[in-house]
Amino acid sequence: MKRRDLLKGGAAVVAGAALAGTAQSTRSAPMLVAQANSDNTLRVVRGGGFPNGLDLHAVGTNRPAYGSAWNLYDRLMTFGTKTLDDGSESYDFTVLEPELAESWEIAEDGLSATFKLRQDATFHDGTPVTANDVKWSFDRAVSVGGFPTFQMKAGALESPEQFSVVDDYTFRVDFLRQDKLTMIDMAVPIPVIINSELVKQHVTEDDPWGTEWVNANDAGGGAYQLDTFKPGERLVLKRFEEWKSGPLPQIEQIIVLDVPEAGTRRALLERGDVDINFDVAEKDTKELRDIGDFTVISTPIENAMHTIDLNSTAELGGEPNPFFDVKVRQAVAYAIPYEAIMSTAMFGQGVPMFGGPSFEPETIDWPQPYPYATDMEKAKATLAESSYPDGFATTLAFNLGTQEWAEPMCVLIQEALAELGIQVTLEKVPGANFRAVLVEKNRPMIINNFGGWLNYPDYFFFYSYHGQNATFNGSSYQNPELDELVDAALQTGPGDPAYDEYVKSFLKIAFEEMPRVPMVQPSLSVAMQPNISGYQYWFHRQLDYRQLVKG
Amino acid sequence: MAKRSPLKLITNRLLAAIPSLAGVVVVAFVLTRELPGDTAAYFAGPAATQEAIAQISEQLGLDKSRWIQFWIYANNLFHGDLGRSLTTGQPVLTDLIEKLPASLELTGLGLLFAISIAIPLGIVAALHPNSWIDRLARSVTTAGVSLPTFFTGLLLQYVLYYKLGWAPPPVGRLDLFTTPPTHITGFYSIDSLLELNISTFVDAIAHLLLPAFTLGIFALAPLARVTRASMLGILSSDFIRTARANGLPRHTIVFSYAFRNALLPIVTTLGVVFSFLLGANVLVEKVFAWEGIGSYAVEALETSDYAPIQGFVLTMATLYVLLNLAIDVLYGIIDPRVEVDA
Repeated sequence: MKRRDLLKGGAAVVAGAALAGTAQSTRSAPMLVAQANSDNTLRVVRGGGFPNGLDLHAVGTNRPAYGSAWNLYDRLMTFGTKTLDDGSESYDFTVLEPELAESWEIAEDGLSATFKLRQDATFHDGTPVTANDVKWSFDRAVSVGGFPTFQMKAGALESPEQFSVVDDYTFRVDFLRQDKLTMIDMAVPIPVIINSELVKQHVTEDDPWGTEWVNANDAGGGAYQLDTFKPGERLVLKRFEEWKSGPLPQIEQIIVLDVPEAGTRRALLERGDVDINFDVAEKDTKELRDIGDFTVISTPIENAMHTIDLNSTAELGGEPNPFFDVKVRQAVAYAIPYEAIMSTAMFGQGVPMFGGPSFEPETIDWPQPYPYATDMEKAKATLAESSYPDGFATTLAFNLGTQEWAEPMCVLIQEALAELGIQVTLEKVPGANFRAVLVEKNRPMIINNFGGWLNYPDYFFFYSYHGQNATFNGSSYQNPELDELVDAALQTGPGDPAYDEYVKSFLKIAFEEMPRVPMVQPSLSVAMQPNISGYQYWFHRQLDYRQLVKG
Repeated sequence: MAKRSPLKLITNRLLAAIPSLAGVVVVAFVLTRELPGDTAAYFAGPAATQEAIAQISEQLGLDKSRWIQFWIYANNLFHGDLGRSLTTGQPVLTDLIEKLPASLELTGLGLLFAISIAIPLGIVAALHPNSWIDRLARSVTTAGVSLPTFFTGLLLQYVLYYKLGWAPPPVGRLDLFTTPPTHITGFYSIDSLLELNISTFVDAIAHLLLPAFTLGIFALAPLARVTRASMLGILSSDFIRTARANGLPRHTIVFSYAFRNALLPIVTTLGVVFSFLLGANVLVEKVFAWEGIGSYAVEALETSDYAPIQGFVLTMATLYVLLNLAIDVLYGIIDPRVEVDA
């Protein structure tokens, strides 16, 4: 009886969903069939998961969802484009360009920015976009909590009082202080402009920002609008013909399929059943490039490194911690088989982060190679100087979610450290639990792959070396001298000679102290059919469909 | 002995299932909470601070005591609310209604395929024990059960899709450009037929064949072996010898007398294999990008997403109860002598 009621309830839900679905799909269904693999449709499969929601302000929205939001929504500004050394295109974080805002002005005192919005821009439902929507969206981002609020804070955007509506098409942001991250933080995926009047119809007492509704529906005004979203199955976007914030994209329809098996994704590309295989693993990247039938582009991920974090606290679980001794950390850095890791674990993909020229940093380029290379004799000699000349037993934890490269990497490290008398037991942590490992900070060694969005070394160091001990400071490294330098660097910026000095000084400390051993700067790879062009690398590591061209 | 009516059996069984389901609810709740991993830390996002994690924990109600959490969960469950999946962002009930039919359809066809090969194979093997056909049956089934399903799946995919191009692209239940039929039963093959949409039906079946075949190969062995053993036992019994002695036609002996009597253990195995396949087809689902309940549960497990795991366990428990009930009812039909206690 109870079960039947449950089923009935379920049937009602389904009927409701189906009704809502038909209202939406009657428009699109004939188009779907007519456009089968035409030049107007882009078929995409991707690694690294599938969007789990459409609202990137909702709790738990995953990284792939930034990609869908990036195309569904506009931001006030976007970044420029530059050509990299290998001829591929990348966004340019030094150039801000108009998106929804036509123009902007920084006040003379440098403490506010006033944005002029496009007067002809509308949301997908036809409502004009006004400064009220912008304010509501910014208020939402700083108030909703969790990652969005955290990311806004990184650019000193913390309270709704900072955002004001001057008139319908003028919006002002008051700065808390002069901070080089504030302006660029308004062009990252988080501060999207949401159709506030539409969402307000769906807010509830428990959900004042309507995240539940926005998570499943389209409240945007971006270049693409939502056609179908089935989590774990497919996402279909179609071009928004009234888009005003940039040149109209060439591709009319995007179909993103969730195909969990990397081998299947590759077969689909090779058979010509999809146009783009995005976020391809190192091994497939190498092999697809060797086949030669596809356009394969690998871009080193800015501000990201695969590192071994050596916990530098004095004690772990009540026992003395060998990695507290800087000589032990240096010995490990000399023992790592870097070349073997590059070839076996990374399949030659990515930029080596070892073998740097000197302990005195010459540039502020970031990431840059650390001055360590495999040298077993030196490793043994350094360890002999430490308090643990005969080695010790320890563990190395890695995320099973990154098993493809992390496992061979760890096995190589294990073998190499055994030569020093350091007996390593590998701890394989399932993806869900690895976050907990990062938070607990009670493992002696972990493999970390932190990367920062805002491309400054001081930003990277703030999260991975600074004594505030953020989640990504996997070594729990504490050094007041380094903290001071990082804080000072954050207050200034490139072009200021003091900035260069600060960066070089904290890099030098990192080189000498080695709380984390960088191995490689990973790459983001895409493999495409030869008739696809216009691919651009973005710091958020997602596809921007607006620049892609087929045919 | 008074004969029970099947209706009474069903009612009694369903009533008796309530405490076990309640037990499952409690165990699933406790187990998910005891799993290592920090849901809040996971969903707080990549660069979360301790405060951000605490905030998420509060939003998800994970900061409350276990008892209060359980009370809220049980109360919602009683009102038909299974909670919301953080992984898909959808209510768990919606997800299950969407994904359970996908798995049932796949498992059902896989089993149908296994039955249609394993039972004839088992019968023939029993009729000619230790002949070449018996040995062939044995090697086929051994191979089937010893090859991991993901391997069989990838191999079939490699040959039939990648090399030959006969099978459709393994992108789930339908082709890229086929619109799914209206959700009536959730079985695409049935729904498309109900809508008289032949092209969708053909597409749905085409996408079903390879994964169902993969699953079926795995299920061959237990079914064929039980059929053979059970048939061997029956064929050597007295009443078959009598039937032979009386000169009854061979097919009457084999099918009407021997097979019907051999059917009980086969049906039992069928039930076990079905429920086992339903839970174990997650690898096949992954390989064929099938949006089934298995991969749904595993994804939830990977992210310590409690609500879907609990929903999955409860659904599976309900299914087992119904399946066992169906098998017991079937027993009564196959062999009227069987008396199943409620």
